[in-house]
Amino acid sequence: MATQHSRNAARLMMSPSVILLLGWMLIPLSMTIFFSFQFYNLLQPGQETFAGLTNYRFFLTDPSFFDAIRNTLVLVGGVLVITVVGGIALALLLSQPIWGQGIVRVLVIAPFFVMPTVSALVWKNMFLNPVNGLFAHLANGLGLQPIDFFGNYPLASIIGIVSWQWLSFSTLIIFTAIQSLDSEQLEAAEMDGASSLNRFIYIILPHLARAITVVILIQTIFLLSIFAEILVTTNGGPGTATTNLTYLVYIQSLLQFDVGGGSAGGVIAIILANIVAIFLMRMIGKNLDI
Amino acid sequence: MARAVSTRRKTSFTVAAWAVSFLIFFPILWTFLTGFKTEGEAIASPPSFLFFDWNLSAYEAVNQRSDYPKHFFNSVIISFGSTALGLLIAIPAAWAMAFVPAKHTKDILMWMLSTKMLPPVGVLIPIFLIFRDTGLLDTRTGLVIVLTLINLPIIIWMLFTYFREIPGEVLEAARMDGASLRNEILYVLTPMAVPGIASTLLLNVILAWNEAFWTLNLTAADAAPLTAFIAAFSSPEGLFYAKLSAASTMAIAPIVILGWFSQKQLVRGMTFGAVK
Repeated sequence: MATQHSRNAARLMMSPSVILLLGWMLIPLSMTIFFSFQFYNLLQPGQETFAGLTNYRFFLTDPSFFDAIRNTLVLVGGVLVITVVGGIALALLLSQPIWGQGIVRVLVIAPFFVMPTVSALVWKNMFLNPVNGLFAHLANGLGLQPIDFFGNYPLASIIGIVSWQWLSFSTLIIFTAIQSLDSEQLEAAEMDGASSLNRFIYIILPHLARAITVVILIQTIFLLSIFAEILVTTNGGPGTATTNLTYLVYIQSLLQFDVGGGSAGGVIAIILANIVAIFLMRMIGKNLDI
Repeated sequence: MARAVSTRRKTSFTVAAWAVSFLIFFPILWTFLTGFKTEGEAIASPPSFLFFDWNLSAYEAVNQRSDYPKHFFNSVIISFGSTALGLLIAIPAAWAMAFVPAKHTKDILMWMLSTKMLPPVGVLIPIFLIFRDTGLLDTRTGLVIVLTLINLPIIIWMLFTYFREIPGEVLEAARMDGASLRNEILYVLTPMAVPGIASTLLLNVILAWNEAFWTLNLTAADAAPLTAFIAAFSSPEGLFYAKLSAASTMAIAPIVILGWFSQKQLVRGMTFGAVK
Protein backbone atom coordinates (compact mmCIF):
# COMPACT_ATOMS: atom_id res chain seq x y z
CA MET A 1 0.00 0.00 0.00
CA ALA A 2 1.53 3.24 -1.12
CA THR A 3 1.58 5.84 1.61
CA GLN A 4 1.31 9.57 1.10
CA HIS A 5 4.99 9.79 1.91
CA SER A 6 6.08 7.34 -0.76
CA ARG A 7 3.75 8.97 -3.24
CA ASN A 8 5.45 12.29 -2.71
CA ALA A 9 8.83 10.64 -3.08
CA ALA A 10 7.66 9.04 -6.33
CA ARG A 11 6.53 12.37 -7.65
CA LEU A 12 9.91 13.85 -6.81
CA MET A 13 11.70 11.00 -8.55
CA MET A 14 9.65 11.44 -11.69
CA SER A 15 9.87 15.19 -11.89
CA PRO A 16 13.27 15.53 -13.65
CA SER A 17 12.14 13.29 -16.50
CA VAL A 18 8.76 14.92 -16.79
CA ILE A 19 10.15 18.46 -16.70
CA LEU A 20 12.89 17.71 -19.23
CA LEU A 21 10.54 16.01 -21.67
CA LEU A 22 7.97 18.75 -21.24
CA GLY A 23 10.63 21.36 -21.97
CA TRP A 24 11.98 19.37 -24.89
CA MET A 25 8.48 19.22 -26.30
CA LEU A 26 7.15 22.68 -25.56
CA ILE A 27 10.07 25.07 -26.07
CA PRO A 28 11.15 24.05 -29.59
CA LEU A 29 7.56 23.36 -30.55
CA SER A 30 6.35 26.83 -29.65
CA MET A 31 9.37 28.33 -31.43
CA THR A 32 8.58 26.30 -34.55
CA ILE A 33 4.98 27.46 -34.47
CA PHE A 34 6.09 31.06 -33.96
CA PHE A 35 8.61 30.95 -36.83
CA SER A 36 6.05 29.40 -39.13
CA PHE A 37 4.09 32.66 -39.05
CA GLN A 38 7.15 34.79 -39.84
CA PHE A 39 9.09 35.75 -42.94
CA TYR A 40 12.44 34.67 -41.62
CA ASN A 41 15.47 33.89 -43.74
CA LEU A 42 18.84 33.17 -42.15
CA LEU A 43 20.54 35.09 -44.96
CA GLN A 44 18.63 38.26 -44.08
CA PRO A 45 18.85 38.45 -40.31
CA GLY A 46 16.94 41.20 -38.54
CA GLN A 47 14.29 41.45 -41.25
CA GLU A 48 11.70 39.14 -39.74
CA THR A 49 8.14 40.26 -40.27
CA PHE A 50 4.78 38.74 -39.58
CA ALA A 51 3.75 36.55 -42.48
CA GLY A 52 0.33 35.31 -41.51
CA LEU A 53 -0.43 32.09 -43.29
CA THR A 54 1.80 32.79 -46.29
CA ASN A 55 4.39 30.18 -45.34
CA TYR A 56 1.70 27.55 -44.99
CA ARG A 57 0.12 28.56 -48.27
CA PHE A 58 3.45 28.25 -50.07
CA PHE A 59 4.27 24.96 -48.45
CA LEU A 60 0.84 23.42 -48.96
CA THR A 61 0.55 24.47 -52.60
CA ASP A 62 4.07 23.35 -53.46
CA PRO A 63 3.75 20.20 -55.60
CA SER A 64 6.84 18.77 -53.89
CA PHE A 65 4.87 18.80 -50.63
CA PHE A 66 2.40 16.24 -51.94
CA ASP A 67 5.23 14.20 -53.40
CA ALA A 68 6.89 14.27 -49.99
CA ILE A 69 3.73 13.11 -48.20
CA ARG A 70 3.27 10.31 -50.69
CA ASN A 71 6.93 9.28 -50.47
CA THR A 72 6.82 9.31 -46.68
CA LEU A 73 3.78 7.04 -46.60
CA VAL A 74 5.13 4.69 -49.29
CA LEU A 75 8.46 4.48 -47.49
CA VAL A 76 6.98 3.73 -44.07
CA GLY A 77 4.29 1.41 -45.44
CA GLY A 78 6.63 -0.45 -47.77
CA VAL A 79 9.24 -1.08 -45.12
CA LEU A 80 6.60 -2.14 -42.57
CA VAL A 81 5.02 -4.67 -44.93
CA ILE A 82 8.37 -6.14 -45.98
CA THR A 83 9.80 -6.35 -42.48
CA VAL A 84 6.67 -7.69 -40.78
CA VAL A 85 5.90 -10.34 -43.42
CA GLY A 86 9.57 -11.17 -43.92
CA GLY A 87 10.16 -11.15 -40.19
CA ILE A 88 7.36 -13.63 -39.52
CA ALA A 89 8.57 -15.93 -42.30
CA LEU A 90 12.18 -15.75 -41.19
CA ALA A 91 11.34 -16.16 -37.51
CA LEU A 92 9.26 -19.27 -38.31
CA LEU A 93 12.18 -20.71 -40.25
CA LEU A 94 14.71 -19.97 -37.51
CA SER A 95 12.51 -21.49 -34.83
CA GLN A 96 12.44 -24.85 -36.60
CA PRO A 97 14.81 -27.42 -35.17
CA ILE A 98 18.09 -26.55 -36.87
CA TRP A 99 21.77 -26.98 -36.22
CA GLY A 100 23.73 -23.92 -35.24
CA GLN A 101 20.77 -21.76 -34.26
CA GLY A 102 23.03 -19.47 -32.22
CA ILE A 103 25.27 -18.67 -35.17
CA VAL A 104 22.31 -18.13 -37.47
CA ARG A 105 20.88 -15.66 -34.98
CA VAL A 106 24.16 -13.76 -34.79
CA LEU A 107 24.22 -13.43 -38.58
CA VAL A 108 20.61 -12.27 -38.80
CA ILE A 109 20.85 -9.63 -36.06
CA ALA A 110 24.00 -7.98 -37.47
CA PRO A 111 22.37 -5.49 -39.91
CA PHE A 112 20.55 -3.85 -36.99
CA PHE A 113 23.89 -2.73 -35.60
CA VAL A 114 25.06 -1.10 -38.83
CA MET A 115 24.71 2.69 -38.86
CA PRO A 116 22.36 4.06 -41.55
CA THR A 117 25.03 6.07 -43.35
CA VAL A 118 27.18 2.96 -43.77
CA SER A 119 24.44 0.66 -44.97
CA ALA A 120 23.11 3.23 -47.42
CA LEU A 121 26.54 3.92 -48.93
CA VAL A 122 27.58 0.29 -49.10
CA TRP A 123 24.33 -0.76 -50.75
CA LYS A 124 24.29 2.15 -53.16
CA ASN A 125 27.85 1.80 -54.37
CA MET A 126 28.96 -1.76 -53.89
CA PHE A 127 25.72 -3.56 -54.67
CA LEU A 128 23.31 -1.38 -56.65
CA ASN A 129 25.79 0.57 -58.78
CA PRO A 130 24.89 -0.22 -62.43
CA VAL A 131 28.53 -0.47 -63.55
CA ASN A 132 30.66 -1.86 -60.76
CA GLY A 133 28.07 -3.05 -58.26
CA LEU A 134 27.83 -6.70 -57.36
CA PHE A 135 24.31 -6.99 -58.80
CA ALA A 136 25.61 -5.58 -62.09
CA HIS A 137 28.38 -8.21 -62.12
CA LEU A 138 25.77 -10.85 -61.40
CA ALA A 139 23.52 -9.63 -64.20
CA ASN A 140 26.46 -9.54 -66.63
CA GLY A 141 27.45 -13.04 -65.60
CA LEU A 142 23.94 -14.27 -66.40
CA GLY A 143 23.96 -12.37 -69.70
CA LEU A 144 21.34 -9.87 -68.55
CA GLN A 145 21.26 -6.10 -68.75
CA PRO A 146 22.32 -4.61 -65.37
CA ILE A 147 19.58 -2.56 -63.72
CA ASP A 148 20.20 1.07 -62.82
CA PHE A 149 18.47 0.79 -59.45
CA PHE A 150 18.83 4.35 -58.23
CA GLY A 151 18.18 5.76 -61.71
CA ASN A 152 14.98 3.83 -62.39
CA TYR A 153 13.66 2.78 -58.99
CA PRO A 154 15.07 5.28 -56.49
CA LEU A 155 12.37 5.02 -53.85
CA ALA A 156 12.18 1.23 -54.11
CA SER A 157 15.96 1.09 -53.69
CA ILE A 158 15.76 3.10 -50.48
CA ILE A 159 12.88 0.95 -49.24
CA GLY A 160 15.05 -2.10 -49.90
CA ILE A 161 18.03 -0.70 -47.99
CA VAL A 162 15.95 0.38 -45.01
CA SER A 163 14.09 -2.94 -44.97
CA TRP A 164 17.41 -4.77 -44.81
CA GLN A 165 18.30 -2.81 -41.66
CA TRP A 166 14.97 -3.35 -39.94
CA LEU A 167 14.32 -6.95 -41.00
CA SER A 168 16.86 -7.97 -38.35
CA PHE A 169 14.89 -6.18 -35.70
CA SER A 170 11.48 -7.57 -36.62
CA THR A 171 12.80 -11.11 -37.08
CA LEU A 172 14.46 -11.09 -33.71
CA ILE A 173 11.46 -9.78 -31.81
CA ILE A 174 9.04 -12.17 -33.51
CA PHE A 175 11.49 -15.05 -33.09
CA THR A 176 11.69 -14.39 -29.36
CA ALA A 177 7.90 -14.36 -29.18
CA ILE A 178 7.61 -17.68 -31.04
CA GLN A 179 10.00 -19.28 -28.59
CA SER A 180 7.70 -18.45 -25.73
CA LEU A 181 4.85 -20.27 -27.47
CA ASP A 182 3.55 -23.31 -25.69
CA SER A 183 4.59 -26.20 -27.90
CA GLU A 184 2.11 -28.60 -26.32
CA GLN A 185 -0.75 -26.52 -27.61
CA LEU A 186 0.65 -26.81 -31.11
CA GLU A 187 1.12 -30.55 -30.76
CA ALA A 188 -2.42 -30.97 -29.51
CA ALA A 189 -3.71 -29.03 -32.49
CA GLU A 190 -1.60 -31.12 -34.80
CA MET A 191 -2.96 -34.34 -33.34
CA ASP A 192 -6.48 -33.05 -33.73
CA GLY A 193 -5.72 -32.75 -37.40
CA ALA A 194 -5.26 -28.98 -37.75
CA SER A 195 -3.35 -28.18 -40.92
CA SER A 196 -0.16 -26.18 -40.60
CA LEU A 197 -1.90 -23.18 -42.16
CA ASN A 198 -4.67 -23.35 -39.56
CA ARG A 199 -2.17 -23.79 -36.76
CA PHE A 200 -0.40 -20.67 -38.00
CA ILE A 201 -3.60 -18.59 -38.31
CA TYR A 202 -5.33 -19.68 -35.11
CA ILE A 203 -2.49 -20.34 -32.69
CA ILE A 204 0.79 -18.77 -33.77
CA LEU A 205 -0.45 -15.47 -35.19
CA PRO A 206 -2.62 -14.46 -32.20
CA HIS A 207 0.31 -15.30 -29.95
CA LEU A 208 2.50 -12.95 -31.99
CA ALA A 209 0.08 -10.02 -31.89
CA ARG A 210 1.91 -8.21 -29.10
CA ALA A 211 5.32 -8.68 -30.63
CA ILE A 212 4.08 -7.45 -34.02
CA THR A 213 2.55 -4.43 -32.29
CA VAL A 214 5.92 -3.55 -30.80
CA VAL A 215 7.64 -4.01 -34.16
CA ILE A 216 5.17 -1.70 -35.91
CA LEU A 217 5.28 0.91 -33.14
CA ILE A 218 9.05 1.15 -32.82
CA GLN A 219 9.68 1.00 -36.55
CA THR A 220 7.09 3.65 -37.37
CA ILE A 221 8.72 6.03 -34.91
CA PHE A 222 12.07 5.60 -36.62
CA LEU A 223 10.81 5.27 -40.20
CA LEU A 224 8.79 8.50 -40.18
CA SER A 225 12.01 10.43 -39.76
CA ILE A 226 14.32 8.62 -42.15
CA PHE A 227 16.99 11.06 -43.17
CA ALA A 228 20.54 9.76 -43.45
CA GLU A 229 19.72 7.08 -46.01
CA ILE A 230 18.30 9.74 -48.32
CA LEU A 231 21.04 12.28 -47.65
CA VAL A 232 23.91 9.99 -48.63
CA THR A 233 22.25 8.23 -51.57
CA THR A 234 19.93 10.42 -53.60
CA ASN A 235 19.70 13.80 -51.86
CA GLY A 236 15.97 13.48 -52.33
CA GLY A 237 16.18 13.11 -56.10
CA PRO A 238 15.92 12.58 -58.93
CA GLY A 239 13.51 15.52 -58.78
CA THR A 240 11.46 14.82 -55.69
CA ALA A 241 11.30 11.05 -56.23
CA THR A 242 12.84 10.21 -52.86
CA THR A 243 12.12 13.37 -50.87
CA ASN A 244 10.19 12.54 -47.72
CA LEU A 245 8.73 15.14 -45.41
CA THR A 246 11.79 15.16 -43.17
CA TYR A 247 14.06 15.76 -46.12
CA LEU A 248 11.82 18.44 -47.61
CA VAL A 249 11.91 20.46 -44.41
CA TYR A 250 15.67 19.97 -44.23
CA ILE A 251 16.07 21.34 -47.77
CA GLN A 252 13.80 24.28 -47.05
CA SER A 253 15.35 25.35 -43.79
CA LEU A 254 19.00 24.33 -43.75
CA LEU A 255 19.82 24.45 -47.45
CA GLN A 256 17.63 27.37 -48.50
CA PHE A 257 17.84 29.09 -45.10
CA ASP A 258 14.09 29.72 -45.17
CA VAL A 259 13.30 29.32 -41.49
CA GLY A 260 9.69 30.45 -41.88
CA GLY A 261 8.86 28.02 -44.68
CA GLY A 262 10.77 25.19 -43.06
CA SER A 263 8.95 25.76 -39.78
CA ALA A 264 5.58 25.62 -41.51
CA GLY A 265 6.69 22.27 -42.96
CA GLY A 266 7.79 21.17 -39.51
CA VAL A 267 4.39 21.99 -38.04
CA ILE A 268 2.70 20.01 -40.80
CA ALA A 269 5.05 17.08 -40.16
CA ILE A 270 4.13 17.20 -36.48
CA ILE A 271 0.40 17.20 -37.25
CA LEU A 272 0.79 14.21 -39.58
CA ALA A 273 2.90 12.34 -37.06
CA ASN A 274 0.24 12.96 -34.45
CA ILE A 275 -2.44 11.46 -36.66
CA VAL A 276 -0.28 8.36 -37.06
CA ALA A 277 0.53 8.41 -33.35
CA ILE A 278 -3.12 8.38 -32.34
CA PHE A 279 -3.71 5.22 -34.37
CA LEU A 280 -0.60 3.63 -32.93
CA MET A 281 -1.38 4.54 -29.34
CA ARG A 282 -4.85 3.03 -29.69
CA MET A 283 -3.24 -0.12 -30.97
CA ILE A 284 -0.74 -0.33 -28.12
CA GLY A 285 -3.34 0.45 -25.55
CA LYS A 286 -5.23 -2.59 -26.80
CA ASN A 287 -2.34 -4.97 -27.23
CA LEU A 288 0.09 -4.00 -24.49
CA ASP A 289 -1.06 -4.12 -20.93
CA ILE A 290 1.14 -1.77 -19.02
CA MET B 1 8.41 -33.42 -24.37
CA ALA B 2 10.44 -32.50 -27.39
CA ARG B 3 9.08 -33.59 -30.69
CA ALA B 4 10.99 -36.28 -32.47
CA VAL B 5 12.31 -34.74 -35.64
CA SER B 6 13.65 -36.70 -38.53
CA THR B 7 17.24 -35.92 -39.42
CA ARG B 8 16.26 -35.27 -43.00
CA ARG B 9 13.73 -32.65 -42.00
CA LYS B 10 16.19 -31.01 -39.68
CA THR B 11 18.87 -30.98 -42.37
CA SER B 12 16.67 -29.28 -44.93
CA PHE B 13 15.56 -26.63 -42.43
CA THR B 14 19.16 -26.09 -41.43
CA VAL B 15 20.26 -25.59 -45.02
CA ALA B 16 17.42 -23.13 -45.67
CA ALA B 17 18.02 -21.14 -42.49
CA TRP B 18 21.77 -20.93 -43.06
CA ALA B 19 21.29 -19.87 -46.68
CA VAL B 20 18.87 -17.08 -45.79
CA SER B 21 20.89 -15.77 -42.88
CA PHE B 22 24.07 -15.86 -44.95
CA LEU B 23 22.34 -13.74 -47.60
CA ILE B 24 21.22 -11.25 -44.94
CA PHE B 25 24.69 -11.06 -43.49
CA PHE B 26 26.46 -11.01 -46.85
CA PRO B 27 26.62 -7.20 -47.36
CA ILE B 28 28.52 -6.86 -44.09
CA LEU B 29 30.87 -9.72 -44.93
CA TRP B 30 31.44 -8.32 -48.41
CA THR B 31 32.25 -4.88 -47.00
CA PHE B 32 34.70 -6.43 -44.56
CA LEU B 33 36.46 -8.40 -47.32
CA THR B 34 36.55 -5.52 -49.80
CA GLY B 35 38.39 -3.37 -47.28
CA PHE B 36 41.43 -5.62 -47.74
CA LYS B 37 41.47 -5.36 -51.52
CA THR B 38 43.20 -2.83 -53.72
CA GLU B 39 40.94 -0.40 -55.55
CA GLY B 40 41.53 -2.36 -58.77
CA GLU B 41 40.52 -5.67 -57.25
CA ALA B 42 37.53 -4.09 -55.55
CA ILE B 43 35.81 -3.40 -58.88
CA ALA B 44 37.19 -6.40 -60.78
CA SER B 45 34.69 -8.42 -62.80
CA PRO B 46 34.13 -11.17 -61.91
CA PRO B 47 34.87 -10.20 -58.32
CA SER B 48 37.03 -12.54 -56.31
CA PHE B 49 35.62 -13.65 -53.02
CA LEU B 50 38.56 -14.73 -50.90
CA PHE B 51 41.50 -15.33 -53.18
CA PHE B 52 42.88 -11.88 -53.71
CA ASP B 53 46.01 -10.14 -52.57
CA TRP B 54 45.06 -9.21 -48.98
CA ASN B 55 46.57 -5.86 -48.03
CA LEU B 56 46.00 -2.86 -45.80
CA SER B 57 46.48 -0.08 -48.35
CA ALA B 58 42.84 1.04 -48.15
CA TYR B 59 43.03 1.34 -44.36
CA GLU B 60 46.24 3.35 -44.64
CA ALA B 61 44.67 5.67 -47.21
CA VAL B 62 41.60 6.27 -45.05
CA ASN B 63 43.69 7.01 -42.00
CA GLN B 64 45.84 9.43 -43.92
CA ARG B 65 42.85 11.24 -45.32
CA SER B 66 40.75 11.56 -42.21
CA ASP B 67 41.10 11.52 -38.48
CA TYR B 68 39.43 8.25 -37.50
CA PRO B 69 40.53 8.32 -33.82
CA LYS B 70 38.89 11.72 -33.36
CA HIS B 71 35.56 10.61 -34.82
CA PHE B 72 35.71 7.34 -32.91
CA PHE B 73 36.35 9.23 -29.69
CA ASN B 74 33.44 11.56 -30.44
CA SER B 75 31.12 8.59 -31.04
CA VAL B 76 32.17 6.99 -27.77
CA ILE B 77 31.67 10.18 -25.76
CA ILE B 78 28.34 10.98 -27.36
CA SER B 79 26.81 7.51 -27.16
CA PHE B 80 28.04 6.57 -23.69
CA GLY B 81 27.64 10.09 -22.33
CA SER B 82 24.04 10.45 -23.45
CA THR B 83 23.20 6.95 -22.23
CA ALA B 84 24.73 7.53 -18.81
CA LEU B 85 23.00 10.86 -18.40
CA GLY B 86 19.73 9.34 -19.61
CA LEU B 87 19.97 6.47 -17.12
CA LEU B 88 20.68 8.88 -14.30
CA ILE B 89 17.46 10.76 -15.05
CA ALA B 90 15.37 7.75 -16.02
CA ILE B 91 16.14 5.28 -13.24
CA PRO B 92 14.35 7.23 -10.48
CA ALA B 93 11.38 7.90 -12.77
CA ALA B 94 11.00 4.29 -13.93
CA TRP B 95 11.49 3.19 -10.36
CA ALA B 96 8.72 5.39 -9.06
CA MET B 97 6.32 4.33 -11.80
CA ALA B 98 7.01 0.63 -11.28
CA PHE B 99 6.83 0.55 -7.49
CA VAL B 100 4.49 3.39 -6.61
CA PRO B 101 2.00 3.21 -9.45
CA ALA B 102 -0.60 5.96 -9.33
CA LYS B 103 -3.78 6.56 -11.25
CA HIS B 104 -2.02 8.43 -14.02
CA THR B 105 1.11 6.31 -14.36
CA LYS B 106 -0.09 4.71 -17.57
CA ASP B 107 -1.02 8.06 -19.06
CA ILE B 108 2.36 9.53 -18.18
CA LEU B 109 4.15 6.61 -19.80
CA MET B 110 2.03 6.95 -22.93
CA TRP B 111 2.70 10.66 -23.03
CA MET B 112 6.44 10.10 -22.67
CA LEU B 113 6.41 7.66 -25.55
CA SER B 114 4.38 10.10 -27.61
CA THR B 115 7.15 12.71 -27.30
CA LYS B 116 9.28 10.20 -29.16
CA MET B 117 6.83 10.54 -32.04
CA LEU B 118 7.54 14.23 -32.37
CA PRO B 119 9.34 14.24 -35.71
CA PRO B 120 12.88 15.56 -35.17
CA VAL B 121 12.53 17.72 -38.25
CA GLY B 122 9.69 19.61 -36.58
CA VAL B 123 12.06 20.94 -33.95
CA LEU B 124 15.26 21.02 -35.99
CA ILE B 125 15.21 24.77 -36.62
CA PRO B 126 14.68 25.92 -33.01
CA ILE B 127 17.31 23.51 -31.73
CA PHE B 128 19.69 24.62 -34.46
CA LEU B 129 19.14 28.29 -33.60
CA ILE B 130 19.37 27.74 -29.84
CA PHE B 131 22.58 25.81 -30.35
CA ARG B 132 23.97 28.49 -32.64
CA ASP B 133 23.25 31.21 -30.09
CA THR B 134 24.57 29.30 -27.10
CA GLY B 135 27.68 28.04 -28.82
CA LEU B 136 26.59 24.41 -28.59
CA LEU B 137 26.69 23.85 -32.34
CA ASP B 138 29.32 21.28 -33.28
CA THR B 139 30.11 20.40 -29.67
CA ARG B 140 29.97 17.01 -28.00
CA THR B 141 28.10 18.54 -25.05
CA GLY B 142 25.32 19.70 -27.35
CA LEU B 143 24.94 16.28 -28.93
CA VAL B 144 24.96 14.54 -25.57
CA ILE B 145 22.09 16.78 -24.45
CA VAL B 146 20.00 16.19 -27.58
CA LEU B 147 20.56 12.43 -27.70
CA THR B 148 19.78 12.13 -24.00
CA LEU B 149 16.46 13.86 -24.55
CA ILE B 150 15.44 11.94 -27.65
CA ASN B 151 16.26 8.57 -26.10
CA LEU B 152 14.89 9.33 -22.63
CA PRO B 153 11.37 7.99 -23.34
CA ILE B 154 12.78 4.69 -24.61
CA ILE B 155 15.11 4.38 -21.63
CA ILE B 156 12.28 5.02 -19.17
CA TRP B 157 9.98 2.62 -20.96
CA MET B 158 12.55 -0.18 -21.02
CA LEU B 159 13.55 0.27 -17.39
CA PHE B 160 9.90 0.36 -16.38
CA THR B 161 9.20 -3.00 -18.02
CA TYR B 162 12.17 -4.50 -16.18
CA PHE B 163 11.49 -2.93 -12.79
CA ARG B 164 7.84 -3.93 -12.94
CA GLU B 165 8.87 -7.57 -12.82
CA ILE B 166 10.81 -7.21 -9.60
CA PRO B 167 8.46 -8.64 -6.97
CA GLY B 168 7.46 -6.02 -4.44
CA GLU B 169 7.12 -8.67 -1.72
CA VAL B 170 10.87 -9.12 -1.65
CA LEU B 171 11.24 -5.46 -0.79
CA GLU B 172 8.61 -5.65 1.89
CA ALA B 173 10.27 -8.71 3.39
CA ALA B 174 13.58 -6.89 3.55
CA ARG B 175 11.89 -3.94 5.21
CA MET B 176 10.22 -6.23 7.76
CA ASP B 177 13.58 -7.71 8.56
CA GLY B 178 14.70 -4.21 9.47
CA ALA B 179 16.76 -3.30 6.42
CA SER B 180 17.35 0.43 6.15
CA LEU B 181 16.37 2.17 2.93
CA ARG B 182 20.02 2.39 1.98
CA ASN B 183 20.59 -1.31 2.54
CA GLU B 184 17.35 -2.14 0.79
CA ILE B 185 18.48 -0.30 -2.30
CA LEU B 186 22.06 -1.49 -2.14
CA TYR B 187 21.65 -5.19 -1.35
CA VAL B 188 18.14 -6.10 -2.43
CA LEU B 189 17.09 -3.89 -5.29
CA THR B 190 20.33 -3.23 -7.12
CA PRO B 191 21.25 -6.87 -7.77
CA MET B 192 17.78 -7.51 -9.18
CA ALA B 193 17.79 -4.36 -11.29
CA VAL B 194 21.28 -4.59 -12.76
CA PRO B 195 20.46 -6.94 -15.67
CA GLY B 196 17.66 -4.66 -16.81
CA ILE B 197 19.79 -1.55 -16.50
CA ALA B 198 22.63 -3.25 -18.37
CA SER B 199 20.51 -4.19 -21.34
CA THR B 200 18.90 -0.75 -21.42
CA LEU B 201 22.37 0.74 -21.45
CA LEU B 202 23.50 -1.48 -24.32
CA LEU B 203 20.50 -0.82 -26.54
CA ASN B 204 20.78 2.91 -26.02
CA VAL B 205 24.48 3.00 -26.71
CA ILE B 206 23.71 1.29 -30.01
CA LEU B 207 20.85 3.65 -30.83
CA ALA B 208 22.98 6.69 -30.00
CA TRP B 209 26.01 5.36 -31.89
CA ASN B 210 23.93 4.95 -35.04
CA GLU B 211 21.79 8.08 -34.66
CA ALA B 212 22.18 10.01 -37.87
CA PHE B 213 19.72 12.90 -37.96
CA TRP B 214 20.99 15.13 -35.18
CA THR B 215 24.60 14.05 -35.46
CA LEU B 216 24.65 15.03 -39.14
CA ASN B 217 22.76 18.30 -38.74
CA LEU B 218 24.37 19.66 -35.59
CA THR B 219 28.03 18.91 -36.25
CA ALA B 220 30.57 20.18 -38.72
CA ALA B 221 34.12 19.17 -37.95
CA ASP B 222 34.97 19.19 -34.25
CA ALA B 223 32.26 17.02 -32.74
CA ALA B 224 31.47 14.90 -35.80
CA PRO B 225 31.04 11.25 -34.81
CA LEU B 226 31.48 8.23 -37.08
CA THR B 227 28.11 8.69 -38.80
CA ALA B 228 29.42 11.96 -40.23
CA PHE B 229 32.86 10.46 -40.92
CA ILE B 230 31.15 7.98 -43.25
CA ALA B 231 28.75 10.50 -44.77
CA ALA B 232 31.83 12.28 -46.13
CA PHE B 233 32.26 9.28 -48.44
CA SER B 234 28.92 9.84 -50.13
CA SER B 235 30.41 11.04 -53.40
CA PRO B 236 32.55 10.77 -55.35
CA GLU B 237 34.75 9.00 -52.84
CA GLY B 238 32.10 6.31 -52.46
CA LEU B 239 33.22 4.99 -55.82
CA PHE B 240 36.54 3.94 -54.28
CA TYR B 241 35.13 0.72 -52.92
CA ALA B 242 38.16 -0.45 -50.98
CA LYS B 243 38.47 2.81 -49.06
CA LEU B 244 34.70 3.01 -48.50
CA SER B 245 34.77 -0.56 -47.18
CA ALA B 246 37.73 0.05 -44.90
CA ALA B 247 36.13 3.17 -43.45
CA SER B 248 32.76 1.41 -43.08
CA THR B 249 34.34 -1.53 -41.32
CA MET B 250 36.08 0.79 -38.88
CA ALA B 251 32.83 2.66 -38.22
CA ILE B 252 30.61 -0.34 -37.55
CA ALA B 253 33.03 -2.91 -36.08
CA PRO B 254 32.99 -1.62 -32.48
CA ILE B 255 29.22 -1.63 -32.22
CA VAL B 256 28.61 -4.85 -34.17
CA ILE B 257 31.01 -6.67 -31.87
CA LEU B 258 29.45 -5.11 -28.77
CA GLY B 259 26.03 -6.08 -30.09
CA TRP B 260 27.03 -9.69 -30.75
CA PHE B 261 28.42 -10.14 -27.28
CA SER B 262 25.32 -8.74 -25.66
CA GLN B 263 22.60 -9.98 -28.00
CA LYS B 264 20.83 -12.08 -25.38
CA GLN B 265 20.34 -9.12 -23.05
CA LEU B 266 19.50 -6.86 -25.96
CA VAL B 267 16.69 -8.93 -27.37
CA ARG B 268 14.82 -9.00 -24.09
CA GLY B 269 15.03 -5.22 -23.81
CA MET B 270 14.04 -4.56 -27.40
CA THR B 271 10.72 -6.30 -26.97
CA PHE B 272 9.71 -3.58 -24.52
CA GLY B 273 8.04 -6.05 -22.23
CA ALA B 274 5.79 -7.40 -24.95
CA VAL B 275 7.46 -10.79 -24.94
CA LYS B 276 8.13 -12.51 -21.70
